[in-house]
Amino acid sequence: MKAWLLLGMIVASTVTADLLQSHEMKRHGEIQNFGLKGLRLVLAALARKKNLILAVACMAVSFFAFMALVQVADLSFAVPASAGSLVIETVLARLLLKEHVDSRRWIGAALVAGGVWLLAL
Amino acid sequence: MNPRLRWKTRVFAAIVIFSNAFGNLFLTWGLRHGAGELTGSPLSFLRAIFNPWVSLGICLLITWLLSKMFLLSWADLSYVLPVTAFGYVITALLSRLFLGENVTPARWAGTLLIMAGVALVGLGNPQSERRL
Repeated sequence: MKAWLLLGMIVASTVTADLLQSHEMKRHGEIQNFGLKGLRLVLAALARKKNLILAVACMAVSFFAFMALVQVADLSFAVPASAGSLVIETVLARLLLKEHVDSRRWIGAALVAGGVWLLAL
Repeated sequence: MNPRLRWKTRVFAAIVIFSNAFGNLFLTWGLRHGAGELTGSPLSFLRAIFNPWVSLGICLLITWLLSKMFLLSWADLSYVLPVTAFGYVITALLSRLFLGENVTPARWAGTLLIMAGVALVGLGNPQSERRL
């Protein structure tokens, strides 16, 4: 039961972090200058984005929950099961980010969901 | 793709796969051997982070994150995602070999299904038309 709660925490924080990152990076636009000075300016600009700071905080929650999970569950369960976030992310990318999700992505997400169900057996 | 870039891509892809798999392995090993039980307190997490195996695991996971970012700077997401997905199988193998975990046939099937799902998503066009 504790393992599933921790897994839920990992999935929820990963999904939140990825959605916030994707939303903020798309608002920022494509990064084209990979020079040292350019990267420094980009990093300084990104460090002021509230959504990205929140995304990093969510990633930290996800990491610490993962640490707790591998103490109570098998690693061979924890790593693939955390991929369950892909299913929720696909649905939310369609609903919140208004991305076009083609049939290949839906099938991929369904395979991941099936895989997580098999891990739960 | 020129031979130099192809070689560089293969080296970085290998680093991505193995740094993630071994990072998770060392992290788990450290947490189960001497890092102490993780309670709700931040102190227990801090104590665990300074366990040598956990530290090594975290260093490898940072290596994984950076090498993946570098790889993404020239390789397509549709190449990087299936490469990452292969890491699930390596993790299952390492868990069986070094942590003595019982990887049941259902778990192998689930792992392979997830790998196939992630790879399928990765084989698509990484930049879709946005419906605004």
